Amino acid sequence: MVELRNITKDMMTVVEGSYAVAHATKVCKPNVISAYPITPQTHIVEELSQFIADGEIENCDYINVESEFSALSTLVGSSATGARTYSSTTSQGLALMHEVLFNASGMRLPIVVTVVNRALSAPINIWNDQQDSVSERDSGWIQLYAEDVQEAADMVAQAYKVGEDPDVMLPVMVCMDGFLLSHVYEPVVLLEEDLIDDYLLPFDPKYKLDPKDPKTFGAFAPPASYTEFRYAQEQAMSAALDKIEKAADDFYDVFGRYYGGLIDEYKTDDADIIIMAKGSIIGTIRDVIDNLRENGVKVGLLKVRALRPFPKDAIKEVVKDSSVVITLDKNISPGVNEGALCTETKACMYNSDINVPVIGYMIGLGGRDIPEDTIENIVDEAKEVINSGISTESQFTDLREDLI
Amino acid sequence: MTSKGDYKNKVEIEWCPGCGNFGILTSIKNALSGLDIPPHKILIVSGIGQSGKLPHYLRCNVFNGLHGRAIPPAIGAKVSNHDLNVIAVGGDGDMYGEGGNHFIHAVRRNPNITVIVHDNQIYGLTKGQASPTSDIGMKTKVQKHGVMHTPFNSLATAISLDCTFVSRGFAGDVKHLSGIIKQAIEHKGLSLVDVLQPCVTFNRLNTFKWYKERVYKLEETDYNPNDKTKAFEKSMEWGDNIPIGVFYKREGKPTFEDNLPVLESRTLVDQETDPSMADELMDGFT
Ligand SMILES: Cc1ncc(C[n+]2csc(CCOP(=O)(O)OP(=O)(O)O)c2C)c(N)n1
Ligand code: SF4
Ligand SMILES: [Mg+2]
Repeated sequence: MVELRNITKDMMTVVEGSYAVAHATKVCKPNVISAYPITPQTHIVEELSQFIADGEIENCDYINVESEFSALSTLVGSSATGARTYSSTTSQGLALMHEVLFNASGMRLPIVVTVVNRALSAPINIWNDQQDSVSERDSGWIQLYAEDVQEAADMVAQAYKVGEDPDVMLPVMVCMDGFLLSHVYEPVVLLEEDLIDDYLLPFDPKYKLDPKDPKTFGAFAPPASYTEFRYAQEQAMSAALDKIEKAADDFYDVFGRYYGGLIDEYKTDDADIIIMAKGSIIGTIRDVIDNLRENGVKVGLLKVRALRPFPKDAIKEVVKDSSVVITLDKNISPGVNEGALCTETKACMYNSDINVPVIGYMIGLGGRDIPEDTIENIVDEAKEVINSGISTESQFTDLREDLI
Repeated sequence: MTSKGDYKNKVEIEWCPGCGNFGILTSIKNALSGLDIPPHKILIVSGIGQSGKLPHYLRCNVFNGLHGRAIPPAIGAKVSNHDLNVIAVGGDGDMYGEGGNHFIHAVRRNPNITVIVHDNQIYGLTKGQASPTSDIGMKTKVQKHGVMHTPFNSLATAISLDCTFVSRGFAGDVKHLSGIIKQAIEHKGLSLVDVLQPCVTFNRLNTFKWYKERVYKLEETDYNPNDKTKAFEKSMEWGDNIPIGVFYKREGKPTFEDNLPVLESRTLVDQETDPSMADELMDGFT
């Protein structure tokens, strides 16, 4: 199934991206929200505060805290008692949560956090890239990336559905590009309050802190058992692969909107060149593909929705008959000179019988604009790879030579 | 002799017209020129916030780090090069919220640095949410029903931890504030200057007028800033009357640097290492 949106104009309202996400969160009926303001996330929590003040979210507390570290720590406590919990942050705030991220995933607490993707300091930069969430790849959180406002909002419901599944029980980051999605006004269907109960069951975890049945969370695990806890986390991630697909399918059945499961494809059937990316850049890539297709270039899109769990099989299935794969990453691992999609896509094809070259580009760092030309030039370079092999495996895009 | 102009940096100032931060900037320049400290001997460290921009507007050494984290790098720099005059500036969120832990423990250590807090009782940069010092009842876009939590009393906290220079200024009285900052920089040990700084854009409660009607100068009363218990009592005064000036001052307490024998002869960055001394140690293993 490819992207489907059964939407008519009269269902839509023009709102800011942050509002759409806050509204969707409200519809998912969280019990505890805790967050700390930081640009460009602030509007989401301001909208949620307004909903709570207006009594629009029943049975919900908003806990004001002095840092992101406190915000997530608070939710760890709430979630352990069986509360549905939500936070939102970005960049420095997510980095400050780092220690607690492992706590939440290790205790198997399905907290949902909207990450409004932004670059990390130094140098100080408040604009969009995805270094913040990508740097937390190993924290044991499921990571989903949205292409546009509608998807970012709907993904909150999908995140609870997947994270709270008894076979999964993992926290989820819903990632949306800062400013590009959080601050744009777009016509969207606000997540339908009257349908949510057909989609999302109340959160009822098997283990919770309850005086009627005392439990310990966060106990000591010595070398004799620690490995098995990590193994169980990995098992849960594996289970999440199917659950993410199913959550997307079920969402379509109830709401009539589908954005892909683990991945989505666009014009890949006969594609020689496949562009892989995640987040709001997908919209630009779709336009580039339409233009290039008119000129006979066989190029397609592989949109990555889940970075964790990493959809190895789904990716291999799409790229196996192509001639070259381009990865576009708004992040870099310095010292590897590659972004996450580049490294991980290469890795998943190794030890298989697929032998398709992968070339990677670090792009849009710290909010640098990504014009269509830039992607078209990259496609030209990919054509060269088909003809004469790889010359540069991974590189920065649009480097300003005058500043180096 | 240095003059105020020596500290002027030619960059565009990005504060709102009429912001209390301008008064703090001028007061710092006045204090520095009054003490005749040349720009290259000054390090201003800041975090993130409207206050965090202050060092950008001064000609001197600048370190702009992370939100809430101005104090630790200030101590780190001071310890490794104590020829620098180190001033850490930050907001009330910066210093008392996100960085509250650093503030508390820095006071305990007593490094010879000056801490200036632009206390506008609001988060300015993120556009108007309550800060740790916002008055109870203040309504914001996040605190819709008004602030419910007890405001952080930084002066009382500092006094209770035996901070040896505890003061409060008002950005609307530059002459007075300049004098306090001058004393604070001269003081040996951690000196705290909490500055009432009207945020004209987002704090509609604690305005210039609001403060002006309430502040009075401690030195114009028969107040003695050497009595810790009295100082603690004074630090509790808030509301209709708000004292400004030096609340508590004590000389002679050893600083963090005084307690580090390695710093006795010269600063760490100037210390020469003699690799042959390691040979002796290595010999012990052969
Ligand atoms: C870890 C982290 N969380 C949040 C932020 C966003 N942020 C920047 S400044 C600020 C608070 C500003 O208030 P204050 O410290 O009082 O400074 P002011 O702007 O009022 O001078 C916040 C929350 C950040 N930069 N880093
Ligand atoms: S928002 Fe407030 S603190 Fe910031 S520059 Fe404007 S008046 Fe000053
Ligand atoms: Mg402030």
